[in-house]
Amino acid sequence: MSIPADLKYTKSHEWVRLEADGSVSVGISHHAQELLGDMVFVENPTVGRKLVAGEECAVVESVKAASDVYSPIAGEVVAANGDLEGAPETLNQDSYAAWMFKLKPANAADLDGLMDATAYAAHVASEAH
Amino acid sequence: MLKQTPLNAKHHEANAKLVDFSGWEMPIHYGSQVEEHHFVRNDAGMFDVSHMLPVDIKGEGARAFLRKLVANNIDKLQTTGRALYTCMLHEGGGVVDDLIIYFMSESWFRLVVNAGCADKDLAWMEVQRDKLAPKLSITPRRDLAMIAIQGPNAAAKLWAAMPGTRELAEAMKPFHAVVVGEMFVARTGYTGEDGFEVMVPNKAAPFFWQALLEAGVKPCGLGARDTLRLEAGMNLYGQDMDEGVTPFDSGLAWTVDMSGERDFIGKDALSRLPRNRQLVGLKLLDRGVLRGHQSVFTAQGEGEITSGSFSPTLNGSIALARVPVGIKVGDTVEVDIRGKRMKAAVVKYPFVRNGKALV
Repeated sequence: MSIPADLKYTKSHEWVRLEADGSVSVGISHHAQELLGDMVFVENPTVGRKLVAGEECAVVESVKAASDVYSPIAGEVVAANGDLEGAPETLNQDSYAAWMFKLKPANAADLDGLMDATAYAAHVASEAH
Repeated sequence: MLKQTPLNAKHHEANAKLVDFSGWEMPIHYGSQVEEHHFVRNDAGMFDVSHMLPVDIKGEGARAFLRKLVANNIDKLQTTGRALYTCMLHEGGGVVDDLIIYFMSESWFRLVVNAGCADKDLAWMEVQRDKLAPKLSITPRRDLAMIAIQGPNAAAKLWAAMPGTRELAEAMKPFHAVVVGEMFVARTGYTGEDGFEVMVPNKAAPFFWQALLEAGVKPCGLGARDTLRLEAGMNLYGQDMDEGVTPFDSGLAWTVDMSGERDFIGKDALSRLPRNRQLVGLKLLDRGVLRGHQSVFTAQGEGEITSGSFSPTLNGSIALARVPVGIKVGDTVEVDIRGKRMKAAVVKYPFVRNGKALV
């Protein structure tokens, strides 16, 4: 599966999309869902919560294991995808469409500090032994 | 270097995700662990369990040796082919391993032991043999591969794949085994469904696997095997019991025969040790997933989850937990899930049997 070129990525395998209204959507990468396997549980941050970059803010659990999701940048949670709670398998089926939560960035320029698709591909390759 | 079963190439062909399991390179899933789980509950799946070790005990006095070696009573086996599930204990009453013993004749019993325990089991059995019955032979059968075919359609699909097995195996009751040519066909399993565990010579294993594939049996990994066995309320060695606990602490009192004069290794300790812990089933009432080693808080004190997971059949989370005695089915307990106290109900297990939810 190719890594979408229009998104930004973190070392902890979140993807980030800048939306037209200036908010950013956050999800987990195809590689992350593949590592975890069948997803069975999602816990999102509550709307209004203020996050710093790298903060543990959500949990995804597969049959196999629980995994924390970290905030890619600082910002305030403006939306959480409630549909995922009833259908966590969406994260497996289309990881780049299944956004988990949206942030209003504290500083839009923080996005520049994240990896692009090429850098993320190299990061994934470096983790595979 | 990981050990490989004779089916390793078949797993690669099927795009399995392979992991290190007790030093063996084994398939954890072939795409989706949950789909594989449902396939076994609804149709028929197969598992490569060749990492487990068959051990043949042969010679005069084999029964007398096993009477002493294991906690269950080998004298329950009186008809040829009958199987017995038992624990093998050390002198202190702790569980060295759990195993199945098949009674093939008075001079041939076949044991099947866990992969991770195989070396220590053999060493332990040899020490006991040297003390009790030096003429008996104990032979590890690494020349055999084992495939478990499980599910409501397991029998029909096994007959389709291997028509020669049908005549001898069809009438066989659960927990029995029969020798069919070079195959050893047992109606046993670890899923709570009807099915078979079939041992074949290593060289024949890939052909047998292929025949099963062509009969519509879906390859399933150890991931599904774990959720299936947990739903079926079956213990897993190393999680639900080990050398530090007794069968009584582990929901396995039904496998220990304390009656009569028969002396077995660990009996004395079992008769003295306090029985203050028990294994219970839990069903999570709040959202989340129960996992091994999470703390359980009860009215009688603290306990711990030994096995926990998401249950695909129940679409919720279930667990086995070791808790103080006095906790009963119907009680509500709390489980620490990543720092939050979540409510769980104490339930009777098995949770699922023959495709049906029981809780």
